[in-house]
Order: sequence, then structure tokens, then C-alpha cells
Amino acid sequence: MPNNPPKQEILLPAKIGVILLSLTLALIFNLLPFSGTALLLRPDFVALGLLYWSINQPQKIGMGAAFVFGLLMDVANASVLGQHALAYSVMTFAALLFHRRMRMFGLRQQAAQAGLLLLVAQCVMLLTGLLAGASFPGLGYFLASATGALVWPPLSLLLRLPQHPKIDPDAL
Amino acid sequence: MESPQFFKRGPGLFARLVFFVLLSLSLMAVDSRFQHLAQIRSGVATVIYPLQKLVVLPIALYHRAGDFFSTQSQLIEDLAALKSARLEDSSQLQRYLALEAENRHLRDLLGMRQRVDAAAVNATAAEILYLPQDPFSRKITLDQGSQAGLVSGQVVMDGVGVIGQITRVFPWLSEVTLITDKDHSVPVQVQRNGLRSVVFGSGEANDGGEAGGLEMRYLAVSADIQQGDLLVTSGIDGLYPPGLPVAVVTGIERNAAYAFARIKCTPAAGVGNNRQVLILSPLPAAAPPPLAPAEAQPKNKKTKRIR
Repeated sequence: MPNNPPKQEILLPAKIGVILLSLTLALIFNLLPFSGTALLLRPDFVALGLLYWSINQPQKIGMGAAFVFGLLMDVANASVLGQHALAYSVMTFAALLFHRRMRMFGLRQQAAQAGLLLLVAQCVMLLTGLLAGASFPGLGYFLASATGALVWPPLSLLLRLPQHPKIDPDAL
Repeated sequence: MESPQFFKRGPGLFARLVFFVLLSLSLMAVDSRFQHLAQIRSGVATVIYPLQKLVVLPIALYHRAGDFFSTQSQLIEDLAALKSARLEDSSQLQRYLALEAENRHLRDLLGMRQRVDAAAVNATAAEILYLPQDPFSRKITLDQGSQAGLVSGQVVMDGVGVIGQITRVFPWLSEVTLITDKDHSVPVQVQRNGLRSVVFGSGEANDGGEAGGLEMRYLAVSADIQQGDLLVTSGIDGLYPPGLPVAVVTGIERNAAYAFARIKCTPAAGVGNNRQVLILSPLPAAAPPPLAPAEAQPKNKKTKRIR
């Protein structure tokens, strides 16, 4: 995995159903009733999912999907309508801008870059929160980006699973 | 991975970014200033309602299984404890009833208006579905909504004191803004000496991730307030029934350099403590405040007629 560039493998194109299912699962994970430190450490799974698909399947998942899932998160989180939508749109824009470059790196290097993109989303959210008059929630708020970066490699491997071509047992 | 030309969508990346940014900014502006987006929010909430239910299902099952497998001896113990608690409560309740009758009688003698009857306020029970995880606002979601007859503005409390107020109602869910939410205000009274004030949510997140603190603003440095004072609702807003515990004063900073004292309070009720809450029915509408001295005259007559 650390060799650079990574082992190129021809994957099947992702089915749109798989993409939507994974994003819905991510939404469910985001809705889990955590509190306290676990909540601070919990990565934003919807952001991770959107990031993964917009980097690996930019034709299928773009800013529109990011916006829609942002709205869903806004309603679930009881925050101002548009807060997550804005953050996810900006994050997906950055991901789409750099997706060719990011795919050249191995998963570990990708993880650092994904962490930065997650940080962008969190900064946008923080900015809108501060503009709305909320007080700064403390530096621990940014821990979610770090854990998101840590989760990136296993999550990528997991999301890649359904795309592996089935090996024909009769082939030599 | 270059796609065929006909798969490419029209607007460029940057144009799409500008479009979505403008869309979400206008959504935010409209949502925070006006009430027009309630329908959209309600629709989206109905879409994700099954997901929310699904998420809390394992936890609900765990609790139910725990209830099912409680032993007989445990139940007998609980029953005995509840019986003794009920005996204690009923003796207090009888005293309370006598006091209430006496109070009504005295008020009659003095010719004052009767207090809003606390017994007329009835409560519906609801459960906390989950605590939304927005670090910028303090809200909780309850598992009852407009289907159960809830309306926004109702007061939510637990066994100890006031938790907050319902601010949004969906068909099967409702959102409660906690009293610790930034700039949420509750009119209160110090129980010890009757000093009236308003307590504001400070909106600060503390490490527990749970409710932040409260503060009393605009009280003079010389105000008679002590550490440990219990603040109860004063009921002068016609929204909160009087006498519900709200907060306890935990810190007072009297600095003569400032016009007002800094008074920190912690909420009496804890959101993290129990899952069941009570939703109080709205109080009978209070008389509108007098607008001008000229209008005050007929209002007084009306008050007399009611009595």
C-alpha cells in the first residue's frame, strides 16, 4: 500500500444504488446518539462518504448530492437550514478540483489530504455558526477531522469492495 | 477516466460552486429570519424520521429487554419504595391543598386576582428521542409531535425543573430549545426573596457535551442575591406556569467597575439524567398588556367582571 503510485487495479464502475446505500448508512451513523467525548471524536461519516465518492466517482456524485445530504443533516441536527449544505458543497468543490491528483496517491497520503478537506468543511460550518452568534466550541471541535482522516483508509477499502471484478473461476 | 463528451453537464465546476453557495446562503438567511421554510423542514424531517427511529431502535430494545427481565424481588422492592414515597407525598399534598384553599380565601379577602391555577395545567409525557449534535445550538428531539397535539411554545420540564420550550413541531417529532441555548430567556424570581429577573442561556458548550450554563444579566451589583439561591419561574410572561425551578446560582462576581453583577447559574433540571420529560399544556391566554394609559381603563373593568 505505501508504494507510490499505488497498485492500479481496474475496478467495476460503482452502481448508483451502492453509492446511495452507503451515503444513507453514513447518515444513520451520524444520527447515532453519541454524547460527550465520543461525540467530539466521531468523524462526520456523511462528509467522508461524499468525499470518497466525489473523488472516485466524480461523474456520479457532485455538489448537488452534497447539497441534498447537507440539507438532510441540517434537519436531523436541528441546525440552521443550509449550514451543512454549504459546508458539504464547498468541501465537494475542493474534492472535485483535486480528485485527479488525489487518486494518484496511496491511501495513507490520501488520508492526510482528506483530513484537510474535512477541516475545510468544519471551518465553513464554524464560520456560519460564529456568524449566527454562537460562541466558539473549543479546539476539540476539530478533532473530528483528525479521526476522519484516520478512518479514511479502512473506509476506502470497504467502499471499494463491491467494485472488485468477480474472478471467473473457469479462466486460466 | 475521461468520460464521453455527452455525459458532461453544462455549467463548470466554479459556476456550480457559486450556485450552491448562494443557494445555501439564501436558505440560511431565510431560515433564520422568517418562518417560510417550516414546510420544507417538515417534509425533510418526515423523510429522515424512519432513519432516526431505526437508529434508536436497538437502544429502545435494550431498555425494553431490561424492563422485561427485571426480577420479582426487584419489583417488590420498587413497589415498597414507591408506596412509601406516595405516603410521604400525599401528606405533603394534603397540606398543599389546605394552603391553596387558604391562599384563595385570603386573595378573595384582599380583592386580588386569583393566581393561574397550577392544577389546570396538565402535562403530556414524552421521551427524549436523541440529542442532536450541533455544537452551536442546544436542542433535543422528542418522540411526540403535532399528531399528539403539541404546538410550538409549550414548556418542557422533567421531575426537577424546566428544560426548555418546544420550538418546532413535526408530525411525529418535536424539537425543544433548551433554556441553556444562547439568548433563550426565562423570566424568573429568586425563591428566597422574590427578586424578579430574567435568566439567559449562555450557549457555551462545556466538556460534558450536555447543557451549558445560564446567566442573569442586568442585575445591579448591590442586588440581594446569594450563591445557592434557587430561581423559579415568575409566571409574569403568561407562558411558564409560576413556581417551577429553573436554575441554581453558582457564581457571583460583583465588580464595581461594571454596572451589573455577573451571575452564573446552572440549570436545575438535567437533560442527561432521564429520558422521560413532561410537556405542559399552554396556559390560558393572559390579558394583553395595556398599551397606553387610555386603554388601561377598560381593561381594569374587564378584570373586575371576571372576578
